[in-house]
Order: sequence, then C-alpha cells, then structure tokens
Amino acid sequence: MSIMHDFTKGFIKENPILILLLGMCPTLAVTTSAINGLAMGLAATAVLLGSNMMISTFRTIIPAKVRIPIFIVIIATFVTIIDFVIHSIDYKLYKALGLFIPLIVVNCIILARAEAFASKHPIFRSILDGLGMGLGFSLALTILGAIREILGAGTIFGISVFGVNYEPCLLMILPPGAFIALGILLGAVNKFIKKV
Amino acid sequence: MGIELVLMFIGAVLVNNFVLVRFLGICPFLGVSKKVDTAIGMGMAVIFVVTMSSIVTWLVQKYILVPYNIGFLQTIVFILIIASLVQLVEIVMEKSAPALYEALGVFLPLIATNCAILGLAILNIQNSYNFIESIIFAIGGSIGFTLALVLMAGIRERLALASVPKPLQGASISLITAGLLSLAFMGFSGLVKM
Repeated sequence: MSIMHDFTKGFIKENPILILLLGMCPTLAVTTSAINGLAMGLAATAVLLGSNMMISTFRTIIPAKVRIPIFIVIIATFVTIIDFVIHSIDYKLYKALGLFIPLIVVNCIILARAEAFASKHPIFRSILDGLGMGLGFSLALTILGAIREILGAGTIFGISVFGVNYEPCLLMILPPGAFIALGILLGAVNKFIKKV
Repeated sequence: MGIELVLMFIGAVLVNNFVLVRFLGICPFLGVSKKVDTAIGMGMAVIFVVTMSSIVTWLVQKYILVPYNIGFLQTIVFILIIASLVQLVEIVMEKSAPALYEALGVFLPLIATNCAILGLAILNIQNSYNFIESIIFAIGGSIGFTLALVLMAGIRERLALASVPKPLQGASISLITAGLLSLAFMGFSGLVKM
C-alpha cells in the first residue's frame, strides 16, 4: 500500500532525526524535558502539514526557477501563525521554546519535504507525508526529551520516577548532555534498527 | 560603555558559544567539520554574512517594521532578507573579489539555511540591542561559531585515525565529541556575568 507507506515511513524507516539527521538544532536545544520536546515536535508538524498542503496545491502554478523562495515564504507564513497560536495558548511554553519557534523556518526537514515530496505529489499524499514526517520528528524529540528529563531531573512529563532520594545528573539538562544523549541514541539506533 | 562591549564580545564568543551552548548552526557544524581548511572557509563566510545580515535586519526592524507597525511580519521579512543578501553577496563577490569568491564560493549557498544567521538577527531584536551592540554581538557570535567549527574539525581529523565501535561511527561519535567540547566550554561560564 503506497498511500499507507507515505504516512508510516517517517516514523522509523525514514525518521527525520534518527535516520536522516535533519533538523538538529531544535532537537538539541529544546529537549530539556519530554513535554518541551513533544511541543516542539507538534509545532513543527503543524507547519509541515500546512506547508506541504499549500505547496502541493499550487505545485503546477509555482515556476520552477523561483520555487525555493516561494516555498520559504509559504513556510514562514505558517511559522508566524504557529508562533502566535503558541503565544496565546501557553505563554510558559512559548518562553521555554523561545527562539526556536521562529527558527522552524530554517528547519531543513520542512524545506526538504516541500522540495522532495509536496512539489511532486498530489495533495492527499502530501498531507499524509507531512503528518507522518512530523509525527516521526515529534517521536524522536519526545524520546530524547524523556531520556534527558529522567536522568537530569528524575521526572517524566513532570511526574517523579525515582522518588525524592534520587540525585539528578544535572549534566543531562545542560547543553553537553544534549549532544551526548543524542550521540548515544544514534548509536543505539545504528545497532538495533539499522543493525550495523 | 567600552568595557561593556568587550565583555559582550567575550560572552558571545566563549560563554554563550553559538554552537556549543545555544545550539545554533548545528547542521554546518556537523556537516562541514571534517577538515580544518573547509571549516575555516565556512567560518569566514559565516562571519561575513552574519555581520552584513544583522546590520540590514536591524535597520529594517527599526525603520520599516516598527514605524509601520508590522512587527508580525518579522520572520518572513528576515528570512527573505537573508536569502537575498546571500545571493547578492555571492554576485558582488564574484565580480569584485574573485579570489575570496573562489575560497568561500561553495559555502555561500549553504549559509541561507544556517539557523545561526536568522537566530542572531532575531536575538538582536529580542535583546533590544542598539546598532553598535548588534554589530559587536554578530561578530562575536560568528567568531564563536568559527572557533567551535575549527576546534571540532581538528578533533575529527584525529578521530578519523581512531578505531571507533561500529554502531557509534559517523554522526554518533561526532555528537559525543561535540558534547565533550561543550563540557569544556562550560568552564568559561564564570568568565563574564551577563
């Protein structure tokens, strides 16, 4: 089933972070807790869904020579909308994600999907592709956020895991922890999923 | 005033290093850090474009977006400015400084998607820096980026000779290395009180 494949390929097989290594900046920066990772993932999913839908709709009208600037303007429009939506729904979250909400514009995943998929495929398949890729991105971000939150604060989604006596490894919340946790996660993916 | 600018510069280079502490520009950091020569080339191109773009975006914010009350267009306007500026720099450089163009040529198109550029333009506005402060911050930030890139390239040149466990080869070991480098940079955190 090729339509089902459009949707599910982003989860594991072509996961944008764990396999394709796209969009590293927000991955490392916002995953200090599972909830932040999930929120960032969902924000990017919303942008991806909107931009894939819009670009697929206009794919026959957009001139090939200036397609990249047009894609970027469409993506930037959706990012601005998401920026205002998050600002109005949850101000604390808006502060936590901070700079990385406007920076969704330069997230390689979104432009990559626009160029590689949405500009060549009909609208329904592009929506599935955007949704699948976005959810794969959210999944990876949540896993990384959960690992860092469990080790660095002893909690997951704010709920205590190890009880009060747990001495958290603060390093995991700090910047070096992000690099090391993602490095080891990629090593595990290579070992158990790609079977290197 | 003078001493504050110096502190701000040191803070941007070492304490809040763009790559290792703020996580801006990770893609070129992992992609273009295999050799010291290319790392220096990329770093120079970034210093140039970041400084230019932060000057232009600061002026646009101050004299166009704010007076006409269209601040909500910030993200769209900034990304367009950066993309067209990169193109412009490329064209001008090709005509006026062919030697520099030869050296930086390959890296210029890559820069448009570098989040350090847009990130720095937005940070300048968010922190409400004045014109001089923005320029100092831009130069400091991009020198910090270059420093991290060159250090990483130096380590990776040596790492190529080491025997790394198979699953950890490639991006995985690079990230762990970056983590250790970031840990070393945390030693600078007491240097400047921001």
